Amino acid sequence: MAVEVILPKVDMDMSTGTISKWHVKDGDTVKKGAVLFEIETDKAAMEIDCPADGVIAFTNAQEKIALPIGTIVAMIYAPGEARVAAAAAKVLVEASAEPVAKVQAPIKVSQSGDVKAGARATPLARRLAKAAGVSLALVKGSGPHGRIVSADIEATKSAAKTSASLFAAAPQDDVTALYAPGTYDTVPLDGMRRTIAQRLTQSKQTVPHFYLSATCTMDELLAVRERLNASAPRNADKSATWKLSVNDFIIKAMAVALQKVPTANVTFAGNSILQHRSSDVGVAVSVEGGLFTPIVRGAENKTLSQISIEMKDLAARARARKLQPGEYQGGTTAISNLGMFGVEQFTAIINPPQATILAVGAATERFVAVNKQPVLKTQMQVTLSVDHRAVDGAVGAQLLAAFKQLIEDPALMLV
Amino acid sequence: MSGRELSFSQAIQEAMSQAMEQDPRVFVMGEDIGVYGGAFQVTGDMVHRFGEDRVMDTPISELGGAGVAVGAAVAGARPIYEFQFSDFATLAMEQIVNQAAKMRYMLGGKVSVPVVFRMPCGSGTGAAAQHSQSLQAWFAHVPGLKVIEASTPYDAKGLLLSALDDPDPVLVFEHKLLYKVKGEVPEEMYRVPIGKAVVRREGKHATVVTSSIMVLKALEAAEVLAGEGIDIEVIDLRSLRPIDVPTIVESVKKTTRLCSIYEGVKTLGIGSEISALVAESEAFDYLDAPIMRLGGAETPMPYSPILEKAAVPQTEGIVVALRDLVKGGF
Repeated sequence: MAVEVILPKVDMDMSTGTISKWHVKDGDTVKKGAVLFEIETDKAAMEIDCPADGVIAFTNAQEKIALPIGTIVAMIYAPGEARVAAAAAKVLVEASAEPVAKVQAPIKVSQSGDVKAGARATPLARRLAKAAGVSLALVKGSGPHGRIVSADIEATKSAAKTSASLFAAAPQDDVTALYAPGTYDTVPLDGMRRTIAQRLTQSKQTVPHFYLSATCTMDELLAVRERLNASAPRNADKSATWKLSVNDFIIKAMAVALQKVPTANVTFAGNSILQHRSSDVGVAVSVEGGLFTPIVRGAENKTLSQISIEMKDLAARARARKLQPGEYQGGTTAISNLGMFGVEQFTAIINPPQATILAVGAATERFVAVNKQPVLKTQMQVTLSVDHRAVDGAVGAQLLAAFKQLIEDPALMLV
Repeated sequence: MSGRELSFSQAIQEAMSQAMEQDPRVFVMGEDIGVYGGAFQVTGDMVHRFGEDRVMDTPISELGGAGVAVGAAVAGARPIYEFQFSDFATLAMEQIVNQAAKMRYMLGGKVSVPVVFRMPCGSGTGAAAQHSQSLQAWFAHVPGLKVIEASTPYDAKGLLLSALDDPDPVLVFEHKLLYKVKGEVPEEMYRVPIGKAVVRREGKHATVVTSSIMVLKALEAAEVLAGEGIDIEVIDLRSLRPIDVPTIVESVKKTTRLCSIYEGVKTLGIGSEISALVAESEAFDYLDAPIMRLGGAETPMPYSPILEKAAVPQTEGIVVALRDLVKGGF
């Protein structure tokens, strides 16, 4: 578990502090109790001890610049532990007083528990969030170490209320007035419909989307799929133990593409961006009265048949509304496939906190110019929606290009 | 209230005197409490009013004195044994912990031990490590004992009279710096119930749970913070065993923040218990900040007056800590 190194309060009245000198370099292996840096106050310079063993990664480690007390100046990671991007501290004052005296004062630096976004919240904040249906992952904590306190939930709630009222008030007050009574039936919102309405309104209003489209040629994939399905092991009654769908290839291709472009395998977390190690791919499953997006986790490490069998089970349980929340929460991307309805091209709304969603159209035969001659090919149009806060255009384009290459030459998924 | 003012020590003396006038079973014993009037002049001239049989000087043996008191209580008397310094109760632990606290239980309720131990405690007098401790938590740990400590002359009298009514051993801790503090004390024999805390100041931003002299410091700190718009609720426990849990829980549910302040050493002190009680209670889901304890330093009490002051929570430090608690500075 990563340990935060904070700029400590060494003097009762100080609100900012200045690191006068680091005793270690970024990336050094550090030992608990060794001197990390010197901090200077109006009255004295003090040496700050290292709170843990590990490898140090500087976050806000500038010397001679006044930083607010409590700023995370570095993180100490166990060897091999994933790094968390930390927000840059606001630099308050550009000043560097000369050290006056040198007093050795070992200061205990607080150890963080979990550095995952939204993980630090007071019991009151957790209770209020639960009651209000607010996801802590979406709340920015204003307390020490980014701790979420009750005031943050209240702020999020009132912000949500404002945005909720934008769509909730309209149907109630205005829309019904536009239609003559008796000309329509009223269907009350159930919980799922309400959640879809709230989450997607929030997504479209708060997540800056941009869209990238591409056309993928499917002939190679369809041929491979046919060969693989023909080779599937048989059950006692001669039925195949699995049958790969085009969608299974799309899940796998997206997972592998995200590994090739890791800067797109991210979620935006308010103060930081979480760069995920595994490709957890959500797949939109339409159910009576709404939809679920169960997640195939670590899909880059699963075979097509594993993905196929898992997806079948997830879809069946989604339709029966028997998914556990853990099976549809989180994820880094999602796939929405409307090809089976004959839709050729569309754009999807990102399912927060995921950073991307791929809208998949139908595979259709069309003539394509090859050496100035029309050649019949099967092609599929896809459109990637991207959260611009976390992923820029060029990175999104790399992801889409990697995906297209894997779909058009599926053997590449083997390596 | 009557408008009549007494000092903390006068209030205690009045409680003892009135009880002795009313009830022949009550008597006082201790080292130098007779002609000398007690190390802190709490018994004063009582020996002249009640005679040496009822205001009894004892030899310098806390174990012996406490043992006589426990035995007298078992035999039907209502003794009050004054330890010159509560630090010396360490010499009498056998009588207090192994005898007084256990006898009712081990004899199936056939006897009780209605003894009152008076325990002058605390720092601030320059009396150094062996005469300045606050060992309340030691005794509050023992089932069978009751532990009380007042912060006002009014409560000092009312709680002592309740202790004398009580069928079980009661330890009455008295902070030495409170003896000269004055306050309204009615002449009649009123009681302040054991086990009932009182809200000394209502507030909405944080709950301070404290007792004895720390109540005064907490109220001073609350006054300073009120000028900054920070509204502190101060609960005076009055009783450390039993602890009035509902009053604390209700307050924390209202204020969402908890700080306990006590002069005893911080580790395993009364505030540790308060923290745990709140964390275990329904108030947990109302906490909007980590629970805070302000206790005595992890050191024998220093003799140097400056270090002695630094070793226990003081008003200025309480102000800073509570400001941090409410404003999220820690």
